Amino acid sequence: MALGGRVCKSVKFTRVTSMQAYYLVILQGSLLTVGVSLLALLVSILFGLGGAAAKLSGNPILVGLATFYTTIIRGIPDLVLMLLVFYGGTIGINTLLEKIGSEATIDIEPFAAGVLTIGFIYGAYMTETFRGAILSIPKGQMEAAWAFGMGRFQTFVRITLPQMVRYALPGFTNIWLVLIKATALVSLIGLQEMTYLAKQASAATRSPFAFFLFTGALFLVYTSISLFVLKKVNARYSLGTKRGTL
Amino acid sequence: MEWAVIFEPVNLALFGNGILTTLWLLFASLAVGAVLALIFALMLTGPWASLRWLVGAYTFVIRGTPLLIQVYLIYYGLGQLEWIQARWNDVWPWTHFKEPFFCALLAFSLNTAGYTAEMLAGAIRETSGGEIEAAHAYGMSRFQTMLRVVLPSAMRRTLPAYSNEVVMMLHSTSLASAVPNMLDITSAANRIYATYYLPFEAYLAAAAIYLTASFCLIGFFRFAEGRLLAYLAPQKH
Repeated sequence: MALGGRVCKSVKFTRVTSMQAYYLVILQGSLLTVGVSLLALLVSILFGLGGAAAKLSGNPILVGLATFYTTIIRGIPDLVLMLLVFYGGTIGINTLLEKIGSEATIDIEPFAAGVLTIGFIYGAYMTETFRGAILSIPKGQMEAAWAFGMGRFQTFVRITLPQMVRYALPGFTNIWLVLIKATALVSLIGLQEMTYLAKQASAATRSPFAFFLFTGALFLVYTSISLFVLKKVNARYSLGTKRGTL
Repeated sequence: MEWAVIFEPVNLALFGNGILTTLWLLFASLAVGAVLALIFALMLTGPWASLRWLVGAYTFVIRGTPLLIQVYLIYYGLGQLEWIQARWNDVWPWTHFKEPFFCALLAFSLNTAGYTAEMLAGAIRETSGGEIEAAHAYGMSRFQTMLRVVLPSAMRRTLPAYSNEVVMMLHSTSLASAVPNMLDITSAANRIYATYYLPFEAYLAAAAIYLTASFCLIGFFRFAEGRLLAYLAPQKH
């Protein structure tokens, strides 16, 4: 990966207006960070629900597959998986297309590679969180739903899902905070989100300290907002639950 | 698939060097991080509100920003400051800021210190009151109680969470590849990919190495937990 040499040798505060322009560009790039994070979160929730369903299904093949998925993914660094999907995926798809006899070539976009890999990786962590949350719901709840004649899907949407949110939220919050920070890695495969732009701005103006500090501060703002929002969600889903007091 | 390329002596040597760098980075940053974490955890649970606030702010920033930004801030950012530039040619500690390895090591150590400090502080706070009362009843001072009663048990109880942190740090060392002139496992894979244009083979080999290392670390911690936390397990009859 060509990341260029060390760019910072002197401080210059002469081009103030262009510095401000760079801050604006990074601020705009942060919207892309939010976009990647939210889409990756959606993908990871889907993988997590699928994985949890497979692990709880009792079918030995599904259980084996899900266990393989969560064990392997959690043993490999995010960055290596991302490089594998981004560089390997492009070649893999094109080799496949060639074998079918198609002339077309497909390029995987850094955006898609980032969203899919981050979603796939954190889906493994979501699987464990969701599995624990589903197991925490008293069995009687589901049995009562079946007794009412609800199907498996109806039971899941009406009974399991609303209750598991409360149990899953602490784990979910942790995973989300790690996931937001993982999007910085997508800059290494060339997506122009805020970390990438901060690096570009540093190279152009030779004042990396301020730009990386600014990017770090933006990440702090996003994680703080998330914590605030998730606290509200937690309060909403904990309505009506009794807490024991010592 | 052309796996033969990976097993050519040149490339095996490349991965070998990468493994050495990664492990060296991992254990050095864990060692420095653990010492810092112990100091920070004592500050977090200590009686001085200003220190609690200061260390709390530190862990908030470290845990709220991506490690990649921290690495860039130290490697590219600090090099911009004139104060350091004036010193990094001859004044001792600052000469290291020219070395990529030192910068990566510093970033990783500060990062793991932030996470570990919060874990350890949590375990210290959770120490059951009876143990501390018993220590006081024996006439131990605050310092003695901390050293003899609270810390040994808190460190053991941190072990399960700390094993996660160690595996996370192993994975985080792959970010060293974002620093030029570093040759860790991921950089070795990057070079093989760039030379032979074989992304699958290069990155799958790297993934397999990380996976093996992760399992070894997890196995070691299972063993250590079995020995050190045996007294917390349910009693067998």
